[in-house]
Amino acid sequence: MNSIIEFIGQNISYIYLIILMVFVGIELISHVPSVLHTPLMSGANAIHGVVLIGAIIVLGHSASDDYFSLIVGFVGVLVGTLNVIGGFVVTDRMLEMFKKKPKK
Amino acid sequence: MNHLQEIAYLIGSVGFVVGLKMMGKADSARKGNLVAAFGMAVAVIGTLFIGENGFYLIPNFGLIMGAILLGTVVGTLMAKRVQMTAMPEMVSLFNGMGGLAAALISIIEWQHIEPGISLGKFIPIIAGLIIGTVSFVGSIVAWGKLNGKIGDFRFAGQQYINAIVLFAIIGAAAVTYLEAIVSGGHGSLPFFYLTMGVAIVYGLLFVFPIGGADMPVVISLLNSFTGVAAACGGFLYENNVMLMGGVLVGSAGTILTVVMCKAMNRSLTNVLIGMAGSSSGSSGAAVTGSVREVQATDVAIMMKYAQKVVIVPGYGLAVAQAQHVCHELENILREEGVDVKYAIHPVAGRMPGHMNVLLAESNVEYDKLIEMEEINSEFATTDVVLVVGANDVVNPAAKNDPTSPIYGMPILDVDNSKQVVVLKRSMKSGYAGIENALFFDPKCGMLFGDAKDSLQKLVNEVKAL
Repeated sequence: MNSIIEFIGQNISYIYLIILMVFVGIELISHVPSVLHTPLMSGANAIHGVVLIGAIIVLGHSASDDYFSLIVGFVGVLVGTLNVIGGFVVTDRMLEMFKKKPKK
Repeated sequence: MNHLQEIAYLIGSVGFVVGLKMMGKADSARKGNLVAAFGMAVAVIGTLFIGENGFYLIPNFGLIMGAILLGTVVGTLMAKRVQMTAMPEMVSLFNGMGGLAAALISIIEWQHIEPGISLGKFIPIIAGLIIGTVSFVGSIVAWGKLNGKIGDFRFAGQQYINAIVLFAIIGAAAVTYLEAIVSGGHGSLPFFYLTMGVAIVYGLLFVFPIGGADMPVVISLLNSFTGVAAACGGFLYENNVMLMGGVLVGSAGTILTVVMCKAMNRSLTNVLIGMAGSSSGSSGAAVTGSVREVQATDVAIMMKYAQKVVIVPGYGLAVAQAQHVCHELENILREEGVDVKYAIHPVAGRMPGHMNVLLAESNVEYDKLIEMEEINSEFATTDVVLVVGANDVVNPAAKNDPTSPIYGMPILDVDNSKQVVVLKRSMKSGYAGIENALFFDPKCGMLFGDAKDSLQKLVNEVKAL
């Protein structure tokens, strides 16, 4: 029990951040027309590609003779980039469709 | 951490929030996506080039840049080449990649764990591994289901098995922790991989039984899982942009999932466990009567001399990729002086908003796509309604049969119009697995065949008249 209280005390600013971000996320999505659900999901999909930064950090910290970490880290950065780039490009292609066409 | 890097992460975080906000409105959505992408770029550049003492190059820079460049080229090509109809599975695939990245980070971090690891460090690593793995495996299954490579797979008592596997994950994680306190990362490696193995099994069991038409909800849920996995990484590295981006997607994704369920008038548990479309016996009242089959020629005449035609597109249109020929039919009818509109049900197609994207792709004007609430009052003055591959969204049982599984779902009131023609492959029921009384309505005619072929026939017939 003590260790849990200590853990909360040490990370209190992160816990505030998490709780506030949960509310921000709820507020942002609550009143969106259903037409935009698919692009929005795709956009959110691209945003969680931020995990790429973690992959970069872990690969950056790997020792140059630690081949296991280098290989796994390389794959991590690769798939993280796929998530980010693919996510944003797909979303852009979807939203491109929504622009109004000039009347013939 | 350098202050400049903190500022880069701050810009990234704000970019995500503002971008997501702008994506919630049709006018600003595309710009919002760019704002979020800009935020991401700033955060990545901040990680690559800013160290503790100002500007530097991150170690292993060549390797990292190689992976990023390769990922950029492949990702762009994949995203650019994908067919609009295949968009949902592409989103699922990219989502799986994010989950995989989170799991791989945990795998590397585990190699460096010293004995006596604290719970505060263990939880983000193991949670990142479990959630990332489930998200990766689940997304790949969802991807396979959407492109038809994997079928539905159910067995009795699935919920109980799933619950047991879930407990097994927690158990394996607990054993991993106890072992790691004593012998560190290397000594506890077998237990670590055991946890991952059970998570793989859970990912498979989680998505396998869910029907193809419910996949959007599942993808949205897995999307928020990956967000949480990314947030775990943020906690581990005390990295604010990862934490904020991850939590934001985690909560926004969960709400989006709930909102999508609401649009289908179903609860999340119902989607995950209830399994509509399974042979659970609750198929509502049986419908009897005869079905009237019509020929393309008759339908063509009906439409050509109509004042107003409303097209109701659905899943079948997406599957048959019939959006272009559908637009062609619309153009021909309009040249004949017919008023043509599209009625868009919120959950028609494979994903909410999917029909809008598909039809917009084939240059249908945005203002011809009418939302359900608005078009429902117009059906009384409509001469012909053409239902293309939609079923449950026009089933009157949702309004007048309380025993029906879809009772209460808002539908398009096509039976108020003078004539209804349904383009359908066969009499098979829709994904809710229930009969549709509309098909037995005397004013409803059935035109059997693939949606694309049928529409092409109609185009030819109208031209020939």
